Amino acid sequence: MTSITKPKIAHPSLPRNELGLTRRDYEGGMSTLCAGCGHDSITAAITEAVWGLSLRPENLVKLSGIGCSSKTTAYFVSGAHGFNGVHGRMPSIATGANAANHSLTYIGVSGDGDSLSIGLGQLAHAIRRNVNMLYVIENNGVYGLTKGQFSASADVGTKSKKGDANVQTPVDPALLALSLGAGFVARGFSGDKKQLVPLIQAGLRHPGFALIDVMSPCVTFNDHEGSTKSYAYTREHYHAAVEADYVPRAETIAVDYAEGEALVVPLHDGSEVRLRKLELEFDTADRAKAYSYIDAKLAEGEYVTGLIHEVEAPEHELHAVNRTAAAPLNTMPFERLNPGRATLAKLMARYR
Amino acid sequence: MRTASHSPERLNDFVIKFANVNGTGSASANTLMMKSIFRMGVPVTGKNYFPSNIQGLPTWYEIRVCADGHMARGSHVDLMMAMNIETYAKDVREVRPGGFLLYDSTWPRSALLERDDITVFGVPLARLCNESFDGVRNRILMKNICYAGVLAALLDVDLEVIRNLVTEQYASKPKLVDANMKAIDLGYRYAQENLPCPLPLRIRRMDKTQGHVLIDGNTATGLGCVYAGATVGAWYPITPSTGVMDAYKGFCEKLRVDPVTKERNFVVLQAEDELAAIGMVVGASWNGARAFTPTSGPGVSLMNEFLGLAYYAEVPAVIVDVQRVGPSTGMPTRTQQCDLMTCAYASHGDTRHVLLFPANPAECFTLTVKAFDLAERLQTPVFLLSDLDIGMNDWMVPELTWDDSYRPDRGKVLSATEIEALPKFQRYLDKDGDAIPYRTLPGVNPKAAYFTRGSGHNKFGGYTEDSAEYQEVVDRLVRKFETAKTLVPEPVLEGPGDRRIGILSLGSCDGPIREALVRLAACGTEVDYLRVRAFPFGAAVEAFLAAHDTILVVEQNRDAQLKSLLTLETAVEKRKLVPILHYDGMPMTADFVTDAVLDALGRGTRRAAG
Repeated sequence: MTSITKPKIAHPSLPRNELGLTRRDYEGGMSTLCAGCGHDSITAAITEAVWGLSLRPENLVKLSGIGCSSKTTAYFVSGAHGFNGVHGRMPSIATGANAANHSLTYIGVSGDGDSLSIGLGQLAHAIRRNVNMLYVIENNGVYGLTKGQFSASADVGTKSKKGDANVQTPVDPALLALSLGAGFVARGFSGDKKQLVPLIQAGLRHPGFALIDVMSPCVTFNDHEGSTKSYAYTREHYHAAVEADYVPRAETIAVDYAEGEALVVPLHDGSEVRLRKLELEFDTADRAKAYSYIDAKLAEGEYVTGLIHEVEAPEHELHAVNRTAAAPLNTMPFERLNPGRATLAKLMARYR
Repeated sequence: MRTASHSPERLNDFVIKFANVNGTGSASANTLMMKSIFRMGVPVTGKNYFPSNIQGLPTWYEIRVCADGHMARGSHVDLMMAMNIETYAKDVREVRPGGFLLYDSTWPRSALLERDDITVFGVPLARLCNESFDGVRNRILMKNICYAGVLAALLDVDLEVIRNLVTEQYASKPKLVDANMKAIDLGYRYAQENLPCPLPLRIRRMDKTQGHVLIDGNTATGLGCVYAGATVGAWYPITPSTGVMDAYKGFCEKLRVDPVTKERNFVVLQAEDELAAIGMVVGASWNGARAFTPTSGPGVSLMNEFLGLAYYAEVPAVIVDVQRVGPSTGMPTRTQQCDLMTCAYASHGDTRHVLLFPANPAECFTLTVKAFDLAERLQTPVFLLSDLDIGMNDWMVPELTWDDSYRPDRGKVLSATEIEALPKFQRYLDKDGDAIPYRTLPGVNPKAAYFTRGSGHNKFGGYTEDSAEYQEVVDRLVRKFETAKTLVPEPVLEGPGDRRIGILSLGSCDGPIREALVRLAACGTEVDYLRVRAFPFGAAVEAFLAAHDTILVVEQNRDAQLKSLLTLETAVEKRKLVPILHYDGMPMTADFVTDAVLDALGRGTRRAAG
């Protein structure tokens, strides 16, 4: 066996969610990534987020492409179906799966190579089509499985492990998503779980395409001096502009922030995201301002993290535009889909 | 007017060819003529030879009128409607001796292009229409409708039949009925007064089209997808397959929308490319919907990686490949059967796929439904290999019918209760000995969850790099392909089956071959004919190959792809197979088949054999 199964033992004192499930019930297989990989922290954050939302494991669908990041869908929520597709093409699988059954929750996990190079077209069109899913980019600036080539998100001047400097300008996933009109754009850091978990929860609840770019250092190929995607560099240069806290529906809102500082963003299902503005000029509802703000910060070498942009427009979601029936298409009885013999006989008149 | 000395009478047996400029509305006039003849009970077939262009280039339409019901393209032109000055020289040459040519005599034609063995009629169509209609666009459109009136008079087509068709076509726009009928009457009257109506080649009412329709394969395929219960269609526009999705969408908008809520029981996704289109199909099928993608050769090339994933991860998918001329962009508006190999073995690594070969639009309908059943039963991609000739031309076929007792074969998908009863679900076990495993859908039960991957996996669905575990799974896939042989549609045999020589073919070769068989028999050459309808080849194909000394393999590609598949995938001795290949992009004719068969058998040509 080249995969490792984790034993499922839960201590009776572990906290339980609304479904009576513990965090252990949302775990997956044992990670085979390098020790200290940022991706494993994101896996932990996703596990925590899904548990916290009390989502039924079988109602989550996990999708990924190819690469280190794409392996991670096997490491959380083993009670959910997973699909590890082909390189850069996860968005199309997610689109088709979502078309077939819009009643499930879709999470796609991808990397900077998978999303910004080979899969840039599919990512762009999933945003454009507004597929209802959370799309997480585990962004480390390198190709890990092929041993450390620069990816399309590598910053100009960043050094590879061998010492070469990158000369090409990076594609920034947040700017890309903003320019394509994504309704939910956020950035996190794998080393900041407190910030990341609510972002994931809000992204999963967003009624449309939600993108979270997560800076996730590669300990093996991109954690050295001279790299702009190392743990040390990221810690120094990430810039939390907006702190987000996801508040589930019906839960008493715990006010962490002083009055006036917190901005409550209600979500369509009754839950809400509470934002704390760390930067006064920042406005998550204003796409153009969000764009120019994070763009300006990038120019200063700062990564703005937190919820960057959110506009709820459920009427623009794929199925809303299509006016798809409320019942999932994959469970629709054949009688409702097949027009029958008499109708065909009538149709034939047109061809006589 | 020049008149040839005499022309033999040819009732209900001739070919009319229309030489037009595309984008001038000629298609309406040509379809009107064809349907009128059809409604007079006379078998017809129409072939459209059009350029890869929107407006201004030459386009031809050919109507073969054939009392005997042969559906192949005719080899000769008996009457040329020469409406395109650019191609006039070529069009004049194509008319067979004793035939007729009509042209718009508003402008003179070069005397150098005259022939004294055909009859040439000039009709001042542009002048007639300019005097009767306003507006440049309208005059151009009406000029074409006007020649339909001229032809109606020359061929003795019932004006009442034409009027009914026009009335039906423009039921919602009565003004257009009047305008069209005015143009038809103009042409009709002119011909009656100035030309020797009717011609020796003409239409006489028959009753041979009862219970039949004129329909193209793409429409029938789209209808097949609706009737099969497909709910997700994903595609990237490509000639000549676009009509499939147009039809599916059109029928769904009529038949799959709730009259009250306007909710739609289908999703059509226009993808960013064919890679995404097949990805969407794989995602939707994996999630339990019947999903399909129509495409053509270049699209299949792009889909290769995903097809390997679907094969190895065992996900159903239906791909409609309406074949066009390759390689590369090739000739997008011409027909071929050139994707057999690329579809049979699409993707890297050891892969093999199920292919279905419809021979006409009626089979496009039935085999499309079959494709969904097979894809879900076998959990693998299934190709419907149509072609441009079938897909885009109107064929006369028996009316499509539906059996309401049909229930889709959704394959081995475990229900919630079945999952609950299992101690543990494991994805790739061969529990029934047919090498087909059981699958589950998301959202049903947490016990049913499994991880679908294109990377190495063992029979439990777990990731593996273990040699024995890997090999166990791919060996089962070989056995699954053996199961497929027993499930795919049987071939169709014509003849007693015990003759020494056999023809083996597929798809749209059927019409010309059947017509050639009649001619070959007439000159003493009796052969059996087997039309394969699917790959992999089953026992009946093996038996046919074993039973004949010589097998002529007729197909429409340069490299004898069907013959190659037979060599690779059956026990046939290679030396017994003789290729007969047609790959110029035009539909095959019975003349071609007859000559090629006689030639291959060393019996001279058809003419020599008399």
